[in-house]
Amino acid sequence: MIEVEDLHFRYPNGVEALKGVSLVIKRGEFVAIMGQNGAGKTTLVKHFNGLLKPSKGTIRVDGVATTETSVASLSRNAGFVFQNPDHQLFSETVEEEIAFALKNFGFKEETIEKRITWALNLLGLSKYRKTSPFLLSGGERKRVALASVLAWDPEILILDEPTIGQDHQQKEKLRQFIIQMQTQGKTVVIVTHDVEFVSECNPRVLLMKEGVIVADGEGKKILTTPEVLTKSSIVLPQIAQVFMKLAPLGFPKDVIDVYEAKEILLRKLQEMRK
Amino acid sequence: MTIIETKNLTYTYPGGTTPSINNVSIKVQKGEFILITGPSGCGKTTLCRCLNGLIPHFYQGELKGHITVTGIDTTKHKTHELAKNVGLVFQNPENQLFALSIEKDVAFGLENLGMAREEMQERVEWALKLTDIYDLRERSPHEVSGGQQQRVAIAAVLAMQPEVIVLDEPTSFLDPLSAEKIFEVIHELNKELGITVVLVEHRLDLTAKYADHIIIMDEGEVVFDGNPREILSTEETRLIGVGIPKATFLYHMLKKEGVNLGEVTPLSSEDLTIILQEALKTSDRG
Repeated sequence: MIEVEDLHFRYPNGVEALKGVSLVIKRGEFVAIMGQNGAGKTTLVKHFNGLLKPSKGTIRVDGVATTETSVASLSRNAGFVFQNPDHQLFSETVEEEIAFALKNFGFKEETIEKRITWALNLLGLSKYRKTSPFLLSGGERKRVALASVLAWDPEILILDEPTIGQDHQQKEKLRQFIIQMQTQGKTVVIVTHDVEFVSECNPRVLLMKEGVIVADGEGKKILTTPEVLTKSSIVLPQIAQVFMKLAPLGFPKDVIDVYEAKEILLRKLQEMRK
Repeated sequence: MTIIETKNLTYTYPGGTTPSINNVSIKVQKGEFILITGPSGCGKTTLCRCLNGLIPHFYQGELKGHITVTGIDTTKHKTHELAKNVGLVFQNPENQLFALSIEKDVAFGLENLGMAREEMQERVEWALKLTDIYDLRERSPHEVSGGQQQRVAIAAVLAMQPEVIVLDEPTSFLDPLSAEKIFEVIHELNKELGITVVLVEHRLDLTAKYADHIIIMDEGEVVFDGNPREILSTEETRLIGVGIPKATFLYHMLKKEGVNLGEVTPLSSEDLTIILQEALKTSDRG
């Protein structure tokens, strides 16, 4: 569980990135943090594994204040994947990249071997095992960064913009993997601009603006409230845009899922034919 | 008029065992807005690097086949000689920015062209305003966010007003509304100044509506090349992992169920809304 209370954070250059954030993320929740550039999303999640410490307020992860423990021990529990994979990757081969944290956490050699194989397989990277991460494409490097964190099986997974550079199939795999993590009681927090991905997953959405949370609720509800979204520089998902305009014809406004949209439209068209 | 042409272009990175692009033959007409998409790792970025000569001048490895951009063979002329003809916005803006201030970064290419001071100032101001970073001009490009860095990289290329602009996932770090505004700006320049745009993107929900022409790549090869409405109406595009716009997907699903929605494939929510409104009216009468 992550408990944040009146969190403030000021960068050394004086920029106040968080201005009093309070929230609770329960074990097993899937949360998407959205909002315009500079809203404080990345700053907030960097507190979840202790990379940043509050200027004021408290943050507890599983009951322990992040100020009372080290980043090393926090990160065993909360794995963080950066927005830009190049900020994270440094090894000669993909395999070594993934092994690095596992070795640091003291896993046994054979376990490391198994975890590497598992993670590479999961992210469709098996053929790059011996390749340098820097020879891979942007989307592939992003998946290497993800694999290196998934490999140690953290209880809390924090992903900053996980869908950048990913094609539709990779996004679908990521979605299924997140669902699987949830069924294991793990917590997943993503920071994302990808409204279409969020509309496919329908997680709890936290909308941030200028260092505070301006909306908190079910994705389906928040992504169909244009007044709130526009202020946070978010565009409505395509399906929501269509239903917003069909509302005068008696359609519900809160539709984001393409399959639900299809059912509703078919039903209506059949009724009309009768 | 053909502005970009490749014939059997094949390239293998140093140390690579298989080509990253394989027998790519494409033709782009002057003034087109062209969208290149395909699964992650399919060779999109590699193709971009050929278009401004980074391959073969900066990346070694093995390049075969022919390529001309604005009539110039990019394998024979160095990247800096091509600067007026073709500008590339990299996937990762950090790889592109280097000056002490954002303004200087944007002015760099123009200085190298030897442009007169006043004209240069005008051009830089124009590019900074278009990309909405004028107020940041004195900041260091390395102390602004990833999204702002992407704006700087775009401004630097726009300032040059090259004949061809190649953008490799240029707005991946920007929030959706900012990304949309940038795409609108690029689309306007494409229409008003006739600048040819080559855009690499996965997010067709945001971008398909601008494209006159789409190329889909898979495993280094071009698998589809042509009109976006026609190509995105085929099942196969979805099968190879292309995220077709949700509006397009919904249209296909409804058609499959026997709903009559006409023959023009929608590429945006606006297109689909009109089609649905029409269909709902017709059913009403029937």
